[in-house]
Parts: sequence; structure tokens; C-alpha cells
Amino acid sequence: MINIERLQRDGNMRYSKELSKMLDAAGAKDGCKISLTTDGREHIGVLMPNASADPDVIVIKLKNGYHVGLRVSAGASVKVLEQPIVRTAERKARVPKKGLPDLVLIGTGGTIGSQANTETGAMAAGMATELLLDVAPEAAGIANIRTRDAASVFSENMSVEHWQELAKTVAEELNGGAAGVIISHGTDTIGYTAAALSFMLTELSAPVVLVGSQRSTDRPSSDAPGNLMASVRFCLSGTPGVYVIMQDTMSDDSFAVHRGTRVRKMHTSRRDAFRSINAVPVAHIDAPGNITFKDEVPAPSKVTKAVTKMCQEVVLLQFYPGMEPSLFRDVIMRSKGAVIAGSGLGHVSEGMETLLKEAAANGTIVVMTSQCLNGPTGMNVYDTGRRLQEAGVIPVMDMLPETAYVKLMWALANSKNVAETMRTKLSFEMGERRTVDVVW
Amino acid sequence: MSSGDRFICGIEIHQQLNTKKLFCSCDSELSDEGEEICRRKLRPTAGESGALDRAAVAESKKRLVYGYQAPPGSSCLIDLDEEPPNGVDRDALDIALTFSAMVNAKIIDEIHYMRKIVVDGSGPGGYQRTAMVGMDGHIEVNGKRIVIESICLEEDSARKVAEDDGSITYRLDRLSIPLIEIATGPDIRTPEEAMEVALRIGTILRATKRVKRGIGTIREDINISIPGSRRTEIKGAQELRLLPTYVENEVQRHLMLIRISDILSKREISVDDDITDITDVFKDCQSKVIKSALSEKGKILAVRLRGFAGVLNGDDGKLRLGAELAQRARTKGVKGIFHSDELPAYGIEQGHMDSVMKRLGLTEKDAFVLCAEKEKKARAALEAVIERAKEAPNGVVEETRDPLPDGTSRFSRPLPGAARMYPETDVPPILITKERLTEVYGNLPELPEQIEKRLVSAYGLNEQQARQMVREGYEDIFERTAKDKETASAAATTFLSTFTEMQREGTDPENIPEKMILAVFEYLKDGKFAKEALSSLFREIAKGTTIDDAVSKLGLGAMSEAEASDMIAGIVKEREQFVREKGMASVGPLMGPVMEALRGKIDGKRMNDLLTKEIKKLI
Repeated sequence: MINIERLQRDGNMRYSKELSKMLDAAGAKDGCKISLTTDGREHIGVLMPNASADPDVIVIKLKNGYHVGLRVSAGASVKVLEQPIVRTAERKARVPKKGLPDLVLIGTGGTIGSQANTETGAMAAGMATELLLDVAPEAAGIANIRTRDAASVFSENMSVEHWQELAKTVAEELNGGAAGVIISHGTDTIGYTAAALSFMLTELSAPVVLVGSQRSTDRPSSDAPGNLMASVRFCLSGTPGVYVIMQDTMSDDSFAVHRGTRVRKMHTSRRDAFRSINAVPVAHIDAPGNITFKDEVPAPSKVTKAVTKMCQEVVLLQFYPGMEPSLFRDVIMRSKGAVIAGSGLGHVSEGMETLLKEAAANGTIVVMTSQCLNGPTGMNVYDTGRRLQEAGVIPVMDMLPETAYVKLMWALANSKNVAETMRTKLSFEMGERRTVDVVW
Repeated sequence: MSSGDRFICGIEIHQQLNTKKLFCSCDSELSDEGEEICRRKLRPTAGESGALDRAAVAESKKRLVYGYQAPPGSSCLIDLDEEPPNGVDRDALDIALTFSAMVNAKIIDEIHYMRKIVVDGSGPGGYQRTAMVGMDGHIEVNGKRIVIESICLEEDSARKVAEDDGSITYRLDRLSIPLIEIATGPDIRTPEEAMEVALRIGTILRATKRVKRGIGTIREDINISIPGSRRTEIKGAQELRLLPTYVENEVQRHLMLIRISDILSKREISVDDDITDITDVFKDCQSKVIKSALSEKGKILAVRLRGFAGVLNGDDGKLRLGAELAQRARTKGVKGIFHSDELPAYGIEQGHMDSVMKRLGLTEKDAFVLCAEKEKKARAALEAVIERAKEAPNGVVEETRDPLPDGTSRFSRPLPGAARMYPETDVPPILITKERLTEVYGNLPELPEQIEKRLVSAYGLNEQQARQMVREGYEDIFERTAKDKETASAAATTFLSTFTEMQREGTDPENIPEKMILAVFEYLKDGKFAKEALSSLFREIAKGTTIDDAVSKLGLGAMSEAEASDMIAGIVKEREQFVREKGMASVGPLMGPVMEALRGKIDGKRMNDLLTKEIKKLI
């Protein structure tokens, strides 16, 4: 959708001086229907916000809908034929239906909250959460959904403060009577946010579902409607816990409910990018909304409690051959916590081993995970592992590196015995058993 | 067509390019098999202007599930809309730029890819990527200037391979094969001109030597309106020779609809929204359709069309609004409808008619439409009928129509508007640099008329042959087979006469792969058979026989000169008396039996020489 108001505000700054002058003199603003005569040909179309790298090119939308970029030569002339048409879409307020459960949809941005931006030629996360509900009109038939805009960012820009804010909002809504909370979120870091909420919401009375989409909602093939509907349906099951719900096949009729501490984005672009690692998804949902549970779920608490303090002096590092300890020395020594994604069962080179020992002795909490992701750490198998443990490095079994990072931030801020907390299961984030039905 | 009929017509040509796919490095080849790997639905979304496109809404109302096959040899995750597209294929863009230059178009300085919303499932993303590359060009056809409004480079759609009640299965091999779409201005004024323009554009496309050949690689859309009507589009015609028929039939349909609108404007008409269940009237009806619907627990539903008597099917079949209603109804999945202008018939008797009229409270000025189906389906079909009937007073309705092999067409969906386009954000705009333009203009291929001239001077074809060669698209294969004057003449006969005859006989020479054509002429050059054998050989090969099998089946194994001489000597000997009487004048009459015996085994001229020699020997 063209946001004419915003476009006009930006003016003709992107053009060369000459072109800018020509457009200004003609009063040609983005959204105006113009006639451009250049190189002896006349072109008529609506002036588009310029996405061109060439300052002498203007982009117009022709009557047939095509955009074309035209180089404006020296002798060209521009005439404005019509002023921009400002479209104001009329929105009817949603009327809550009696007898339906109340859910809250909190928007944070991401692809699921994005639409094509004609200005940059790329996606911008800037859609009101209310509009997101329009993509799944069926939802209104089964729940009364109130929306809140929490943020409007791509998920790489989600911060610890965003997590804290979200946890507080969730607690407020659930304690205020909502039957569940859905958070729409960019998929890149949805797993981190899910893990953070899993630890912060120490007591939880109802479902908290994070949902994203791998295709933006402006596309007819967007996975947003399906993912959103599956999330709404799962919320109605009343299952407490923090979950991520996304399509789990390339078809749009099958969805997995992933545990917030176990979920990982395993493909850059596929709709079925999300997998539960070292665990089976908690449940499966089909298109009509039938839920099949596959793993245990916690009992609901009376109230929801958010413990949101976080220590941000934590790093997450992946070990690699050739990792030069001197480059990381300052980083690790200055950190209160360091999570290492070690090789294999949880190993690092001798040089890094020395550094980690030193850091642990210095008070840094060093946690070992595996960059294999699948399978547990096993630090009793080889000497390196044993020596690292002796030095105080804490193996956390099959916990995901990202989950360990988030947990360590939380533990450092809220626990008196951080090492013990890291070894203790708080929110299904690790386990002793992995059965053969766990996909890897 | 009567001379008084005026119409406005423009065509669009879609030509597949012989490159990789447009946005990935898959080969643009079709696969023979595929396995369904996912099923999806599509929803119409608002385009840039914020409006929903009516064609997209109409498609999505069908609520179909789309299955996709993605053969790994010819499709990838990009085709499945599971990965973002790569950049535009450079070769494909070069061809589009070259074609634009050849038709004197303005090449767009910066090319912007758009998403054209198409939710019929033929693209898993729910849109087709398309960009305008050139505009405002022109060509000459028989001395008349035809404007080329636009040249676009876009993705082909996926192939429909199966269809049932609620789902369509597509194979993604064809998806994203580059297509050049060429739209002419509304400059065409006779049905034949539609074909001439298409032929001319086809020859220019082929002159780039980078376009795909064969069935389905070039498709035409025809846009038509007449004064007082609205534009309709016949989409995806593949048979060039049928273009004039499509135009002619569509103009007649427009005239008919305008006539109906005139008739209706003089009557008191109304179309009720309510649909009545009249199943009980047909309890004892012997109509097969009705009986089968009732046995499957279906219903008979009816709608009233007050004042419509005689326009559904009247004036000796010249008024056919009933067919229009039926086409709309069929889009809802029903087999058909019955309307009062065609009844009593099909086992529905006058008695039933009377009861229906009475039940619906109709007089003889009125009409009704029945549908016998499961209730939900019948209702949807009749709702479509009501919608169409309400449009009848307006004459021609803007719509897209499917071409049928008999030269007529049928309703497929409403004509899409400009609301269906918005920018493709995954493909950055492509600036066409001055250097690239210089390269394009500096390497323009020969235009068709230049090729014709060369065929005349280099291969000794006459002008008419050269023109036909280019027009029918054989110039390229001709040049590759015609290595010397003698094969040139054999090749010309093959492409211009044998192939034409084969087409007429119904053995399509298009089925013969280019590789085989080249191989046949290689065999000929090697003396494996004589050029006289070509015609029967190609007929055999077109049936799917291999060259070797065809050669042995037709008994064309080459013959040595000595063997041939022996055989001819035998023929001369048998007619010794005749030869002695006529002397050298017997050569002519004897050529008949000689050719009969040796056709294709040795060259005709050689036959003549040997026969002359044998006759001389005898006398």
C-alpha cells in the first residue's frame, strides 16, 4: 500500500540537482500523475517513490500497472496532470462476540507484520497489528482478539529490553483475564525471544504462542494466515507454556507446536524452516485445527509471574579450528558469562581451553554446548572434556547454544547459584533422554 | 463476416525463450513425470493500490487446493516459492532487449519487476513476475504500421497435469521459463490481419534464434471489442491458423450480446435473487441428468428470469444467452444447466415445463434456468447464472475466455484490472547501461526480409519459397541442412511441401525433433538413400519410428550402382520389343517402372542415366 503522506514528506531528495529542480518546478510529488517528455517521447504515469540507484532516473507507474524507470535527459519536460489520490481505507471496529474466549495479539514486526515498500524496493516491518488480523478473518469466528503494537522491527533488531517488555505485557494481559497471548514476531530470532519468555515467565496460567511467517502477508501464498489460525486454535486449548507455532511441511495444512526453549530456525527461507531440536514438537495441528499432543505439558499456575531481570554481559561464541585465544581474551574475561558452542561433544582447542580455564577462575561462568546442535554434550568421553569440566566449564547436555545464552543472562541476574541453575531444568530446555522419534 | 462489422483488436504474443529459467538456473525443459510434494491454497491480497483484483477474487472463491509436482531436473525451491529468486537470467533479458530494438521500441532505462496477482494456482507464489522491457515500438505488416505497445519479460506459468472436484495439480517444470510478451496496439481490423500480425511477430522472434520451438512454446491472446461493447480477451490460443476464426466468432458473439441487450431494453425484465427448490416437480421425470442427480440425493433448483423468453436460445440459434449462463454455471463445477428456451427436450416434457412455470409464477414472456446437482453446488451454479443474467442488459461483459479447438471460446474468468500489480521486492531494479545498449544495437540479428534475401542468393530459392520458409519458421533448420545446392533443393521440398502436406494429413512434422531432421539429411549426404525417399521417410519418422527402423521398413537400404544397373537391365530386357520399336524415345515411358522399383534407393537423375545407358546398349 502506498503511504502517500510519508512519500510526500520525503520530497525529491533522491534525485540529481537538475532533476530535483525540474520536478519541484513542475510541482511533481510522488503519487502525482505526470507527463514526462524525454528524448522525443511522452510517457504518462504516476510518479513512484524512486527506488533507483541512478539519480537521473524516475520511476513511474503506467496505466497498465507496470513500473518503468526512465532516464530524464537534459531537454526533458515534466507536467503534473493529476494530484495524488489519497486513499483512506475505512475500517470497521471489531465487535467482540459473546461467549468467545478473549485472546491478545501482540505485534512486534517481522515478515509477518510486513508489506512491500515501494520506496526501498524491499520489505519493511511496518504494518499495524490490527491489519495482520485481516489476513485470517476466520479467527474472528472462534475468538475475540484484541491487538497491541509492541514494536515494529525486523527480528534482528529485537533487544533484551523488547523481551522484558513483552514478558511484562504477557503477564499483565494474562492476569487481566486473557485466555492466551499470541506474539507475532520475525522468524530470524523468534527462538531467542521464545527462550527468554520461557525463563522470564516463571509461572504461567495460559498459552503464550509466538508466531511468524516466512512469506509476507502481501503475498497470496503467505504462510501467515495458516500459522496465525493454528496459533489461535492452540491458544484455545488452554495449554500453558511458551511455544512457537509454524508450518512444518511445505504444504499449508500441517503445523508444529515447538517448545520455546527447543525451537530453532534451520532453513533461511522454507516455510517449514522451524524444528524442535533434541525433542519432539509438543503437538501437531492440522488445517481444521485438530491438536495431537506428543509430549508432556505443564499444569497451569493460578497467576502469571514475570521475572524479567537480565544480565547483558554474556557472550555466545562458536569454537572453530584456528580460533585465536588472544583475539577473544578481552571479550571473555570481561564477560560475566560465556556460552561456547564447542565442537562435537563439547570441545575446544588447547589454546582456548587455557583461556576458558583462566576465565572460569576469574569468575566468568563458562557454559559448554555443542555446535552439532543435535545430541548432548559428553564431556567425560575425551580428556579435553574432562579437563574443561575440572576447570569449571559447565556442560548443559542437549541445550541449544542460543537457549543457553538466554538462560545464562537470566540466571546471572536472578540466581544466587548460577552454575546450579544452569544445570537445573527450568523450562524443558534440556533433557536426559532422546528417543529415536526425535528428528534431527 | 459481413463487411459492415467493425471491430478493434489487438493481440498479445507469448513466446518461450531458449535459455535457463528466468530467476534460477534450472533448465527450461519439460519433465515427463512428477510426484506431488505439497498442497497449498492461495488467498487474494490487496495490490499496491489497496484494492482486491476482481479476477483474483473470482479465482479464490473457488476455494481450490493446489497440488505441486516439482521434478528436480526442471524445478527447484525457487519455483516452489520456498526460496527467494535469483537475479534475472542475463541471456533472457538480452533477447528481450534485442527484440525490443528490432521492433523499434523504446528500451526501458531501468527495468522493474512486478508481481501480477494470479491465484489460480499456476504459480505457487500466487503471482507472476513480469517486467516491461520495451514500449512504444512498431512493425510493418503488409504495408500497414502496427504499434507494439509493450514488450515484457515474464515467467511462464506451471502446467496443469490433473484436476478433480476440489483440487488442481500443477507441474512446476514449465513455471518460470522466460516468456517474451508482446502486446500490439488495437490496430487490427480484419480477422486475417490478426494472423498476419502474429506471423510477422513470430518471424522476428525466431530471427533472434534464441526462442523455443514446437507446440505450446508460443501462445496468443486476442483482445477484441466492437463499438458499444466492452473488451474481452481470448487467452492462450496455440494454433495460429485459428486466430481469424476466433476473432470472427468473438465479434459475432459481441454483436449477439448487444442485440440481446437491445431486445431486453424494450422489455420489462427482472432477475430474482431467490433460488427455488422444485425437486418434487421432477419425481417421475425420465431425463437421465435429472434421474442421476436425484439418485445421488441431489436437488433440482430453479431461478426466474422474467422477460427473458427467447433470448436464451432464439432466432434459430442466433441468440444464445443460455450458453453464456451455462458457461458461468460450469465454473462452479456443475456439468450444465437446463433453460426454458431449450425445453421440452432431454427427457424433460411439456408437463414438467408447465408445472415449473406454474410453481415459479411465470408467463410465456419469462424464462427459467434449472440445475440438477447436489444442493450446494447447484446453488452456487445458479448464483453465477443470476449474476450473469443481471449483466445481460449491459451487453458484453469484460471477461477472459478460453479458446476451444473448434474456433469458439468459453468464459474463464472476469478480466483482470491494473489492481493486480505491485512491485516484486525480491528482484532489485535493473539499470540498462549505455554499454549494454550499444552491445544490443551493435549485434542485432538479421531481420526476416534480410534472411529471405540471403536464402535466395545463397541457396538458389525463389523469392516465394524464401518468404514461405521464413514465414513458417523453417529458415534456421533449412540453413543447417542445406549444405550444398542439391541438398538445398531437397530440404526446400521437405520443409515447404512435404511438411505442409503432412500437416494437412494430420501427421504433425512438429513432432519430429530437430536432431532427427538433421540426422536424416546427414544420412542423405552419406548416400544411405536417395532424396526421393525423404517424403515417405519423414512421414514414417513423424509416427515415432527411428530413422534406421524407418529406412529398413521402407526398404530404402541404399543400392550399389552395379545392382541398380542389373535391375534396370532386367526391366529393359522385359520390354525388349517395345524398346527396339521406339528406340531412345522409350526412355520416358520406361522411367515409370524403373522408378517404381528403385525409388529412394538411388537418385532419380542417376536412374535416368542408367536407363539411357541400358537402352543404348540394347539398340
